[in-house]
Amino acid sequence: MNSAPEQAVSLDQHSALEMPELDVDILGRRNEIIRDLRALVPGEGVISETSEMRVYESDGLTAYRQLPFVVVLPETVEQVSAVLRYCHKTGLKVVPRGAGTSLSGGALPLGDGVLLGLAKFNRILDIDYANRTATVQPGVTNLAITKAVEGRGFYYAPDPSSQIACTIGGNVAENSGGVHCLKYGLTTNNILGLQLVLITGEIINIGGKHLDSDGYDLLGLLTGSEGLLGVITEVTVRILREPETARAMIIGFPSSEDAGACVGSIIGAGIIAGGMEMMDRPAIHAADEFAQAGYPLDVEALLIVELDGPEAEVTDLIGRVEEIADANNASNVQVSQNEPERQKFWAGRKAAFPAIGRISPDYYCMDGTIPRHQLPKVLARMRELSEKYGLGVANVFHAGDGNLHPLIMYDSNVPGELEAAEDFGADILRLCVEVGGVLTGEHGVGVEKRDLMPEMFSETDLDHQQRVKCAFDADGLLNPGKVFPTLHRCAELGRIHIHGGKIPFPDIPRF
Amino acid sequence: MQTRFSIHQLADPDISVANDILRKCVHCGFCTATCPTYVLLGDELDSPRGRIYLIKNMLEDGGAPSPDTVKHVDRCLSCLSCMSTCPASVNYMHLVDYARDHIEETYRRPLSDRLFRAILAKLLPNPRLFRLGMIAGFVAKPFASLLEAIPVTRRLAALARLAPSRLPGRSANEGPGTFPAMGVRRKRVALLSGCAQRVLAPELHDATIRILQRHGVEVVLAKGEGCCGGLPHHLGKTGDSFALAKRNIDAWSHEIDDQGLDAILVNASGCGTTLKDYGFMFREDPVYSVKAARISELAADITEFLNQLGLDDPTIDPDLDVAYHSACSLQHGQQVHEPPRDLLSKAGFRVHEIPEGHLCCGSAGTYNMLQPRLSKALRNRKIGHIEGLDPDVVATGNLGCITQLATGTKIPLVHTIELLDWATGGPKPAKLS
Repeated sequence: MNSAPEQAVSLDQHSALEMPELDVDILGRRNEIIRDLRALVPGEGVISETSEMRVYESDGLTAYRQLPFVVVLPETVEQVSAVLRYCHKTGLKVVPRGAGTSLSGGALPLGDGVLLGLAKFNRILDIDYANRTATVQPGVTNLAITKAVEGRGFYYAPDPSSQIACTIGGNVAENSGGVHCLKYGLTTNNILGLQLVLITGEIINIGGKHLDSDGYDLLGLLTGSEGLLGVITEVTVRILREPETARAMIIGFPSSEDAGACVGSIIGAGIIAGGMEMMDRPAIHAADEFAQAGYPLDVEALLIVELDGPEAEVTDLIGRVEEIADANNASNVQVSQNEPERQKFWAGRKAAFPAIGRISPDYYCMDGTIPRHQLPKVLARMRELSEKYGLGVANVFHAGDGNLHPLIMYDSNVPGELEAAEDFGADILRLCVEVGGVLTGEHGVGVEKRDLMPEMFSETDLDHQQRVKCAFDADGLLNPGKVFPTLHRCAELGRIHIHGGKIPFPDIPRF
Repeated sequence: MQTRFSIHQLADPDISVANDILRKCVHCGFCTATCPTYVLLGDELDSPRGRIYLIKNMLEDGGAPSPDTVKHVDRCLSCLSCMSTCPASVNYMHLVDYARDHIEETYRRPLSDRLFRAILAKLLPNPRLFRLGMIAGFVAKPFASLLEAIPVTRRLAALARLAPSRLPGRSANEGPGTFPAMGVRRKRVALLSGCAQRVLAPELHDATIRILQRHGVEVVLAKGEGCCGGLPHHLGKTGDSFALAKRNIDAWSHEIDDQGLDAILVNASGCGTTLKDYGFMFREDPVYSVKAARISELAADITEFLNQLGLDDPTIDPDLDVAYHSACSLQHGQQVHEPPRDLLSKAGFRVHEIPEGHLCCGSAGTYNMLQPRLSKALRNRKIGHIEGLDPDVVATGNLGCITQLATGTKIPLVHTIELLDWATGGPKPAKLS
């Protein structure tokens, strides 16, 4: 147990990904640190055996693996606070982790950092129907919130595909979306309050059970901060009344271009669907095989369009969408006739990612966003790239909001395929930025897109973003190595640039 | 997922299968959420994804695993909830079965552990020994605290505490034998008479045979058939389990070749999962592979069979609210969902779903004896949900669940077949009188 495990000092597989330099002092004090942590979190809450820690070496993005320095699983907010205070004092890095379902490596451990798992925080603390809120611990899964309130006809709107397993704490950290975010918004539009533990151990509360808190919009700032600003220990979410009616349509097309054009026409006609999803042929086949969702198998692309609201409105909109689909060469249209059928239509889509495991031993799930009208161009270029790299790609696409999820299929047991998949993925993301889109839709930057950040942001942009981090975590202990390609020392960012012996704007008075 | 087996390792057919299973896992983590031990403990090590990782490392490294690896694999209930959830169709059952076999082969457990597991593996599959054991347990029951005080016998105390305070007598329906169909014979089936259940609850076979006879089905309790092998299999004692399975395959193959069988029925769903796996277990066996696959094809849960046959109209109006508890071996192991519910509804019962129905009650074969702390936590969670429904009775398809839940609630617990038998002309279950 006591010696520093040999794997702890090298990033397991990937050589191109550079992580912050290991702190030799910390590595040398491993026994002492583990003993101290055990005093703070008793029982099985501190995991330090190599054989056990290996289980924690990656999240949903298995291309990157790193044995943690130590894993700590606290059970109370007080323990989280004590651990963070200790880390702050000791200069020990911290990587927060929910269910470990991140697809961008957001919870990739550090060889000299505590992996702080919050899965034991799985209780629902308060359900307030009058205010339409639920207050939950961060380890509660996204779906468990809906399960807790559905008996009374309520639900929590954001529904990432991994909702069965992903935690609300992770959803806040990544600002997760889901198939219904076109109409109901991302996580940031659906949370009202947070409890956060700062790296100093201080416990703070932001927002509450109401909209529009006092002061700066810190909720907005923290949502999507990927564990770089603090550790979330409580979340208050908005719960919504289930729509009176919801029906899903499955529309098959002879080409992805037709499906893409149909999406544009539907939105252009002013119809805001509850969800609008697209899958291409490989994704349709893999998903249908798992879920027996009844998808047409002889089409090149499939749209799932959900319409919700009062019954009369839904019926009218279905008719209008059918007309638009016909005008865009749809080859077949199915409309769900009851709730189980609607659920079945979605079941395939929600399982589409892992279902690719049926046709390929590994996949690399990308996440970029483009302006909707660029879809045909992007798909065509993606086909070229697929040929260039010799790797298959299945497309699952939040068509309504332009969020692409190409799944690059590769075999990690074949030397060189992972690297090819990574290069392929980077090309896709560059393409997204090139056509006027962005690097990420909902999976976060993590380590996966970290080095592509300069494709989108200038150095000045990135420096400004880092100043926000400095305000929360001046020593850069919280999840370093994620999001920012290079993490500057906060003192460095505070310096004034002296150029050619002149301070900038010499006429501005300085104090 | 990437694996690192050498070509030499992959030449072993078991490793080769394990490799294929591991390669299907994409590490998405969906399984964690529906795993009972992860729900309780919140530790990846006690989740299917974590165990898959531990097993992968154990098999890749070869040799004896670390005590921690054994601890976390031991905590797995084999409820197979993860398999219902997994979109990538990872066959966790075959992986964990092989892992248990590997642990048994390579790892030396502490003496008390070895003793206890050996007793379970020898006692439970043998009805004669089990009956004697139950009598011994009955005698030892008052001394349970004494047993607990001695380290080597500590675990035996758990066994003594579980011993029934009254042992039922032998049933008139003890096999081998043939029970003719009433009226025109529509089908001929074998019923697995099994092991512990026929000692603890002979009324279940009685009810099963009665209802089948009334529905025009001839029932055979084949000569030489007994424990399905599931209990030792889940303890990693693969040699024992294969020997027991072979005995059954021989017994039923003889019946098939002789007068023919339309099905091999099981009313203990845990055993049903094992029977349906015989084909896989013997896939490499030149003598048994074909025969075993045929048995697996014929194997069916009693509710699957009755639902297909068509249930007679009920002869009574039971006017009861039934909470249906789906045994893991039925819902996850065999993916049988609708038949028992449909049959109960058709028989006139009002069927209610138990919240968190996918989570195990903690029985899981010998789990309640081997992992009492986790087992009890799951039992209490399940009973909380059941009592919230305030049903008249709980119905389930596995005696293990009945025994487990009965230690924590006063609500009567019966086997689904007892209710179906009663509603279609059989006697009222004693527990409801």
